[in-house]
Parts: sequence; structure tokens; C-alpha cells
Amino acid sequence: MKKGLFAGVFLGLALLVAPAAAEEPGVIRLGAAVSLTGKYSSNGAFTRKGYDLAVTKINEAGGVTVAGKPYRLEVIYYDDESTPARGAQLVERLIQQDKVQYLLGPYSSGLTEAIAPVTEKYGVPMVEANGAAISLFRKGYRYLFAVLSTTDEYLRGAVDIAARLSDDPAKLRVAMAFENDPFSQDVRDGVLADMKRHGMKVVVDDKLPPELNDMSATLSKVKALRPDLMLISGHDKGASLAIRQFADQRVNVPMLALTHCDSARIAENFGPAAEYALCAAQWASTLTYADDLFGSASDYARLYEETYGEVAPYQAAESSAAVQVYADAFERAKSLDPEDVRNALAETQMMTFYGRIEFDETGKNIAKPTVLFQVQDGQYVVVYPEEFAEAKIRWPTPPWSER
Amino acid sequence: MLDNLALLVQFPAVTVDVVVNGLLIGAIFALAAYGMALVWGVLNIVNVVQGELVVLGGYVTFLLVQAGMPPLLGLPVSAVVMFGVGWVIYRAIVFRVVDKDVFISILATFGLAILIQQLANLSFGADVRSVDAGLGSAYFLDGMVTVAWVKLIAFVLALVAGAALWLFLRHARLGQAIRATAQNPRAARILGIDTGRVYAATYALNAALCGAAGSLAVMAWTIHPYMGLPYTVRSFMVVVVAGVGNVGAVVAAGLGLGALENVAGFVLGTEFQIAFVFALMVAILVWRHGRAARRREHLK
Repeated sequence: MKKGLFAGVFLGLALLVAPAAAEEPGVIRLGAAVSLTGKYSSNGAFTRKGYDLAVTKINEAGGVTVAGKPYRLEVIYYDDESTPARGAQLVERLIQQDKVQYLLGPYSSGLTEAIAPVTEKYGVPMVEANGAAISLFRKGYRYLFAVLSTTDEYLRGAVDIAARLSDDPAKLRVAMAFENDPFSQDVRDGVLADMKRHGMKVVVDDKLPPELNDMSATLSKVKALRPDLMLISGHDKGASLAIRQFADQRVNVPMLALTHCDSARIAENFGPAAEYALCAAQWASTLTYADDLFGSASDYARLYEETYGEVAPYQAAESSAAVQVYADAFERAKSLDPEDVRNALAETQMMTFYGRIEFDETGKNIAKPTVLFQVQDGQYVVVYPEEFAEAKIRWPTPPWSER
Repeated sequence: MLDNLALLVQFPAVTVDVVVNGLLIGAIFALAAYGMALVWGVLNIVNVVQGELVVLGGYVTFLLVQAGMPPLLGLPVSAVVMFGVGWVIYRAIVFRVVDKDVFISILATFGLAILIQQLANLSFGADVRSVDAGLGSAYFLDGMVTVAWVKLIAFVLALVAGAALWLFLRHARLGQAIRATAQNPRAARILGIDTGRVYAATYALNAALCGAAGSLAVMAWTIHPYMGLPYTVRSFMVVVVAGVGNVGAVVAAGLGLGALENVAGFVLGTEFQIAFVFALMVAILVWRHGRAARRREHLK
């Protein structure tokens, strides 16, 4: 009974796939398992919108030409329900049943980590745009490429600015509150090395539990110890909670830097309470990067807003860039063999609206720095790196009694 | 850890800040715990969906504020809306498991919790939501001790709600019917009490209390669709400590838990804050079990 059912489904699929392949020879199919339901559903949706926007744009511009023959791009999506096991299972299905030979990444490091062993096993290249954990690139994966900056880079800019603004960086005292998950702990590891190099002193080093709904214990400590710099990373929830409780508890710190404050929309949601906060981000629409397909970063942001009616988040931008990387690699590989495409990917050297993309031997992008925004008068303004900055950093943050 | 203890001694104001904030956190737990105690005591159901009801209450306030309503007005409206939601949930699902084995009711409410999480995610999105009540904070001792007005309101409300609940159960007709049903449903039915209605009212009242707690939570902190579990766990703990029949003990246990938790988070580091809550729960269960065993021995 069960066997018969499987055979039936398989036959059905084969019948569906076979004529389609025969009629439309010029289609390159990419596959992706993204989170459309579950806890990553909003960021999963951004990821998909980013992929779709790039695919549409590339197809409108004539598709990709591989060894003289034009091809259209197409993406097969599955919903991984934000669970790693499901993601791995679906990727197996994409490769085995749907015969997809090139994968786009899922949303989040956790899911990428679950999927990478599968793509590695089948020798299928995966260009991912939303798994930034540095641990992904310490496992010697050959078919994994990431267009974004890795997690350890996220808050290094804040440490760098703090050191530059201070007369004696060795005197700086730092408070840290990082969620106890791989992403945030990677961010922590990234800044620790820099702080040690500058001789900064860590006065608070709290690990926020993932179920945390209140951080007043940490903030009371910060109030007592008066550090010069506070670093926080705990996804959208951590950023929102930190901004809310910094204001409620009137915590005075000259510089506060966080991750995820743009996806948590702190400036929109918290108004004046979010002022002066520094936010690490992969990309900003005000950066001066540009390419031939989308134009400049701000052109991309405009197109995204026209298409989807919302402001372009960096999760969508990097996802679009991943598709561009594939298109570029197909053309340079002059072949659709996954191994040739993989080798072409490894030699990628391109400028995109999202930033420069060049992979090192572990597959991570080493050509693009992370940026820091500061919330200034309700706007996210790029203040770091200085060569791309729109405005100077406002520092130090005045105490609450003067705000 | 010793550094943190030293800090408490060195800055007494910080100690006050940690304890006061903990008490205020506890007030919101107490509010959700009243409802759980009520449902547990009357329907004999461990309501695992408690936290999701809190989160739903938060969403009601969030949506009302989006629609232009002042946040504080969202509080009573959330309670009323959630009363209705609770009634519907009872009439649709919970009544089926009232007289069943405790595992069946846990399973049913657990399933309901997952359903509500996913529905909330589908309808409101996975984004973290918060509402600015626009009230600011009161601060003392050179700003070392701060109290958000919203949390203070929560504290007062928890006490008022506790007192009101106590009076209601003691003196109102429905309250007396609820107590009668809790003591002996069969006898209550014989005496003409519509126990189905009493159960529905109790469950709806629980949802209303959760709605108020959620409304305060979205103003004091943040909510998102998967935020329910901490509230369920805390309510459960409070009820385990306080017992089901004692409103005063629920307040005391709620406030005590909040304060202890915050002090533990401060001294041990936040990574052990939740672990501390669970460790405390295990210790209390062991202690209660031991006490119950001793009592049985005594009776023999």
C-alpha cells in the first residue's frame, strides 16, 4: 500500500517534470528551503522576496547566458517551518526528487548549519545570504558560499569607534549582554579579541537566556558599574527589550551598540528612547555601492519598496545578491555542471549594490565590511565605516536627565 | 558571582532597584497566576495555554493602540475581549476535558497553546511588538532606583485584582457558585447550579486576568507569538507554591518569585535566571511532597 503510494507519487512527479523539461530547455532551477512559517517567518519572507526580486530582474534583463545559450532562472521553494530537521529533509528532497543542482540558503545560521552537511554530501553548491555564524566556515565545507559578513564582525566596529574616540582605550570599561545562542556568542567572540588587543576591561558579561522577557537584573548592574560602552546582541527580542528597558530604567551609558535593531525597528517603535543607539547591520540603502543590474543601493531600495510596499531590509538585499552571485558564476563557468559552477563561485570577484563579494577558501565573503547605523532624529544614519558614512557619530550619549 | 554580591553590599541603592523591579515583575506573574489557580481549583485543569492567553491579551492592546486608542484604555478592553475569547475556548474545546484525566487536559491545552502560537504568528507576524504607554519612569536616589509607571500600575492592579477576586468569590452569587462547584460539582448540580456555566465563567475570568497581564506585559516589555512559555511556567510555579485556594498566597508567591528571580539574575548572572526558577520549582515540589507525605503519616 505504502509502496504503491510512493510509486504513484513518483510517477506523477516524473510525468510533471519530464514534459516541462522538454519544452523549456532554457531554465536553470535553483532550490531553497526558507522559513515561511514559524519563528523566522518574517525574516524568511524577506529572504524569499530578495531571491524573487533578483530572479525577476535577471530574467527581465534577458536571463543568464551559459556557453552562448540563454537561460531563465527559476526558484523552487519549500517552507522549512523554521526547524533545522525539516530544512535538512527538504533540501534532501530538492536534490533527490526535484533534481535541483544549485541551492540558495535558508534564513538563519541554525538552518544553514543543518543544511550544509546535506549539500556537501551531494556536492551541490549553496550560496547563502542569511547564515552568518563563523562556525559554518570552520568545518571545511567546499560547496558553501556566503555573501554576507560573518557574525564575529558585527560589533567590531563599535569597539573600533570607542577606541578611536577615547584618549586611552585601555581605560575603557565595557558591559556585554549577549544571548546564549550560537549567533550572539559568535558576536561576543568577535569583539572579545579586539577588546583584549586594546586592553579594555569587561565589567559585565551576562548571557541572556533565550526565554528571557526582562533584563532589569543586567541593567541594574550596568547602572551601578557605569561602563563606557555597552554591547548587546539578542536578536529582535533582545534589541527591543534593551531599548525599552534602557529608557524605563534610565540607564546612562555613553555608547550603546546592538545587533538587530533595524529588523526590530527600534527607531519606529520606540521613538526618542532609541536615539543614539548604534546598530550593526550588513547593509544600508544609503551606502555608495552599485552594480549594473540593480544600480545603486538606493535604487535597489526604491525598487524593493515599489514591488513589496515596505522598506528594504538587509536580509532581502543580501538574498538578492546571492542570486546575482549565481548568475555571474553560471556565465563564467560556461557550463551547468555543479562542479564547474562551484569552481566558478570560488573565483567570484564582483561588485554589487550590496557590496563587494569575494570568497576566501572557507567560502565566506571577505570583501565587505559590516556597517554601523546610529539612530539620529528618528533616522538610521550610517556612521561607520567612515569612508561610507553619511554623518558623524553623536557621542557621548547624554544622560537621561538631559534627554 | 562574588563580585556581584559585593556590588549589592557596596551599592545598597542597587539592591533596592533589583528587588523593587523584581517585585514589579512578580506582580504581572501574580495576575496570570490568579487565573491559573482558579481554573486549576475549579475545573481541575492545569491550563498550559495560560501564557498564550497572556500574549493574546498583549496583542489586543497592541492592535488597539495601532488603531489610535490610548494604551491604558487598552487594559480594560483587553480584559473584556479576552473574557470573550476565554468563553469561546471553553465552549469549543475545554469543556470536553473537564472531567477527564489530568494528562488529557494538559495535552489538550498544550495543543491549544501551539495552535494559538501559530495563529498569532500567521495573523500578527513574528515581529517583536511593544507599546509605549508614554508614562515614563519614576526615579529615586540619584536615578539609581527606577520604577516604570507601567510596572507600578501593574503592581497596584495585581493587588486590586487579588482583593476584588477574593471579594467576588466570597460574596457574589457567581463567586459562591464557583466555590460550590469547586468543592463538589455533583452536589452543586443537585442544588441547581448550572455547573457548565460556572466552568465557562471561570475559564473566561481566567482569560480576562491573562488579558490584563498581557496588556501590561506589552507596555512594560515586549511580546511575540512564542513568548507564552515564560508566563505559563511562572504561573504554574506560583500556583504550585501557593496552592489553588488562596488568593493572598498567590500574590505573595508571585511577588516573591519575581524578586527572587531578579536577585538570582543579578547575583548568578542572567544565564542562570531561568535555571534558578526551575531549580526553585523542583525544590518546592520536593518540599511539598515531603510535607504531604508527613501529613499522611500523621493521619495514619
